[in-house]
Amino acid sequence: MKAALVRSRTYSEVKMLIPHPVLGLRDAREFAYLGDARLIDRPDPSAPDAEAAFCDYVYLRDNPAGAHRELWFHEHGDHSWLVVTRNTITHEILGAELAHDVALARKRSVK
Amino acid sequence: MTRLSGGLIDRTQTLNFKFDGKRYQGHPGDTLASALLANGVRLIGRSFKYHRPRGVLSAGSEEPNALVELRTGPRQEPNTRATTVELFEGLEARSQNRWPSLGFDAMAINDLFSPLFTAGFYYKTFMWPKSFWEKVYEPAIRRAAGLGSISMQADPDAYDRGFLHCDLLVIGGGPAGLAAALTAARSGARVILAEEDFRLGGRLLCETETLGEAPPLDWISALESEFESLPRLRVMSRTTVFGVYDHGIYGAVERVSDHLAQPRGRVRQTLWRITAKRAILAAGAIERPVAFADNDRPGIMLAGAMRAYANRWAACPSERVAVFTNNENGHRTACDLAAKGVEIAAVIDARPEAKARGDYRLIAGGVVTGSRGRLGLTSIEFQTKGRSEWIDCGALGVAGGWNPNVHLASHHRGKPTWNELLLAFLPGEYGPSGLRAAGAAAGRFSTAEALRSGAETARCALADIGITAKSLNFPTPEEDAYKIAPVFHVPGRRRAWVDFQNDVTVKDIKLAHAENMRSVEHLKRYTTLGMATDQGKTANVIGLAVMAELTGKTIRETGTTIFRPPYTPVALAVLGGGDIGPHFHPPHLTPTHRWAEAQGAVFDESSPWRRADYFRRKGETHWRQSVDREAQAVRSAVGLCDVSTLGKIDVQGTDAGQFLDRLYSNMMSTLKVGRVRYGLMLREDGFPYDDGTCARLADDHYVVTTTTGNAGLVFRNMDFARQCLWPELDVQLISTTEAWAQIAVAGPRSRALLERVVDGFDLSNYAFAFMACAELTVCGGLRARLFRVSFVGELGYELAVPARYGHALMNRLMEMGEDLEVTPFGVEALSVLGMEKGHVGGAQLNGQTTAEMLGLGKMVSQKKDAIGAIMSRREGLAGNKRRLMGLQPVEPGSKIVVGSHLFAEGAALNHDTDQGWITSACYSPHVGSMIGLAFLENGYERLGEVIMAANPVEGESARLRVVSSHFVDAEGVRLRG
Repeated sequence: MKAALVRSRTYSEVKMLIPHPVLGLRDAREFAYLGDARLIDRPDPSAPDAEAAFCDYVYLRDNPAGAHRELWFHEHGDHSWLVVTRNTITHEILGAELAHDVALARKRSVK
Repeated sequence: MTRLSGGLIDRTQTLNFKFDGKRYQGHPGDTLASALLANGVRLIGRSFKYHRPRGVLSAGSEEPNALVELRTGPRQEPNTRATTVELFEGLEARSQNRWPSLGFDAMAINDLFSPLFTAGFYYKTFMWPKSFWEKVYEPAIRRAAGLGSISMQADPDAYDRGFLHCDLLVIGGGPAGLAAALTAARSGARVILAEEDFRLGGRLLCETETLGEAPPLDWISALESEFESLPRLRVMSRTTVFGVYDHGIYGAVERVSDHLAQPRGRVRQTLWRITAKRAILAAGAIERPVAFADNDRPGIMLAGAMRAYANRWAACPSERVAVFTNNENGHRTACDLAAKGVEIAAVIDARPEAKARGDYRLIAGGVVTGSRGRLGLTSIEFQTKGRSEWIDCGALGVAGGWNPNVHLASHHRGKPTWNELLLAFLPGEYGPSGLRAAGAAAGRFSTAEALRSGAETARCALADIGITAKSLNFPTPEEDAYKIAPVFHVPGRRRAWVDFQNDVTVKDIKLAHAENMRSVEHLKRYTTLGMATDQGKTANVIGLAVMAELTGKTIRETGTTIFRPPYTPVALAVLGGGDIGPHFHPPHLTPTHRWAEAQGAVFDESSPWRRADYFRRKGETHWRQSVDREAQAVRSAVGLCDVSTLGKIDVQGTDAGQFLDRLYSNMMSTLKVGRVRYGLMLREDGFPYDDGTCARLADDHYVVTTTTGNAGLVFRNMDFARQCLWPELDVQLISTTEAWAQIAVAGPRSRALLERVVDGFDLSNYAFAFMACAELTVCGGLRARLFRVSFVGELGYELAVPARYGHALMNRLMEMGEDLEVTPFGVEALSVLGMEKGHVGGAQLNGQTTAEMLGLGKMVSQKKDAIGAIMSRREGLAGNKRRLMGLQPVEPGSKIVVGSHLFAEGAALNHDTDQGWITSACYSPHVGSMIGLAFLENGYERLGEVIMAANPVEGESARLRVVSSHFVDAEGVRLRG
């Protein structure tokens, strides 16, 4: 009888591999996920429109279907933050960089 | 008895088992289904909705009918497929979904009311009144319907999980899988071969065809011995690959000891997570029936299954059988059974051009139109060229064609595609990447094709990853034609079953169509076709064919629903993989845990730690007695509390001060070496989320403490700031929470006690004032850190030593402080003492309160930027006028209830008049009544006012007086003494 069909779906944990630039392929379970890598671009607190810029920074995120750059923390590993490029449609991981390098390069290019 | 000759069973041994309390015998090599059939048992269960008598349909994990409750007591397991259960001595199984007995089931009355129970019945019938659904309809339906029952006892067995890696995972050990595994393993690749069955061979075990003129078993045996010599090949039998996940990860369950009466020290099942560079789906094909009137009687089964039971298990449901087919396969069944001495009543072949392949009656161009037999088949009716005839038979094999087992290939939304020649869905193009189908799973149905395709697919898969594999020669099997005709169901007036497990008939599909359920997804959900535990492995294609016929479309145009994990049901126990009881969330133990246990401590979880809550002494019967005693001892003498659980982060580097200025809302770079400062951290949205102390041990060396609960989060955020926000700063971080045992020594006699353990260190107020810190040695050379900080508002210190000395230090302090009346205190007394001082904790720092509200507004520096500084100045945050205040009952005996809301005396109690809420409360032995902390509108201006605390949940209210949140020593004299 239909109403009695209590289907227990198996929501297995995320099963993915992340190519750590230093440590090679690592299981996604070693990482904590943060989100959009734009969090690297913290607004200038001394700018005249700082409050509005911070409001966007804190609350607004893009939600792209396709390539997405996002931050993952290797919490159960070497404690490095990575910028992982992932296709949100297929879950394909297109690359991973050390966030430290990304952030440093960003700062140099701004200067 | 219907046991035949031959078969792959060990007749030298007899196994006793029980079904519905009755004793039977079988042999090693039997499944429960084959043993029951060999014992003449055809009736095994009752159907889900109509409670129709049902028997075995298949010989594999696709079985929709023969579900039983296996074993007894805590190991009782409902909905076990009799077709996959290996027989063991003492096995006990019961039929399910029947009352009072399988032979007479009172609920079979549902069958008479079947016109009421058609598709969409529930949606239409149990709609009104709405409130009846939860209380009346649903419980009643659940009782009447359903599958087996569970024991409600804890599972006594152990489960495990493991991780495997390979170049090539081969799923299925039939001819294609064996050829693939051999090809790959000989090339030196790392290979895993996973087979659901307990024997390798797949269909080769069930057929009589020869391989290079020898029986296939010879070839399999030779392969098995070669496999043992190949160290990079791992053969896993009794292992079901149930799901495909991202990046080449496959989930598999190995049934390690399901075939034993009891695991006897081994695990019951293991969950394997297999990471494979490439995988081959060689899961074979699943036969489908043809739907005709009353096609669900016990004794009517798939023709391929009937052949498997005869050839592999030497069992047959009856001594006289008939076959109904739309392809050449049905004739194989007739020939094989006849060779075993079973009488063939007739072969009814829907194809007019069909030819007999043996000495049996052939009805070419005929279809089966009905059946009789209440609890088991007695006769069938067929129709050919306009005339009907009934013939007697105890079993009917139905061969409706083979469906490639595309289940896993559709896990990443890979849509199977229809093949008009094979009349079947084949794995589509966009399935899981790295997974290729071979053999029957790819529509290569003959053994010759399966061998070739297995080997060739393995070579292609390995070539992808740069491994060259040689072509191998395989013994040549006999080629056999398939020649299927498009016959999916036989039209008629009576009900013809499509989905046996969910009792979906051709009529239901017609009704769904009539009610405009045109999409296959709607059809599936409206009729529940393919939604049972078997996911419609034998049913879906017939359902789609009927649907296509009704809409006048082709099956290709109609499309198909897809399968999702798991391939077969997976027990929750194995998904847990042994993470139960204390292993579910292993607690962290403090360095003084064993000492505290010996002192009679009662422990509390404060994730992830287990901490001493209070120390119960002889004669104390209520926790309050212990806590009051401990708190008073701290205020009057000296107490010891293990505070090792506080997060500790070492911050080093030439830019450490600058870095901490950006993390803390207040200044840290100005802190002098040898001093400690209280610090507040905000989130970037401006709300405080953690507080703690920051000690400067050297110019380039700080030690930060965090709250217990936020230790991980603060460290993560600091690492984020270091790597992502300010990578140019020279600063390094390391979490040292577990490296140090830290003991709070607090109370007026704390200095006297510490003087007895430090190695010649001057503890005088002049040399080591409030908020001082130092590195020193204690107890004759043990390196330590000393901080003059106090959470409880007394003269106090926190002394840290390497974690392994924590236990010894605690012992030493207790010993040295005996005459000072030293008292250990737990987390409960600690929070009472902290609340008496108005210190904020998790109840106040809840992420929704501002620094101003907490009375910490001055800690947000306006002179510099820090995380959260900009956003903390937002109008909405700055405008919040609630302030942290103390509360005391006007009547000393009355209670203060946490969560109560505050109102002006005499005001109406509603949202508009709400003035705040109580965050925490406790009994204060120092004050002599309950005290509370609360956020109160304009609190600082209302000292002395009497307000109303309302607790509508309990229907209580109390009059409380607004006081300072510092109940003890508001000036901090005791702290600095």
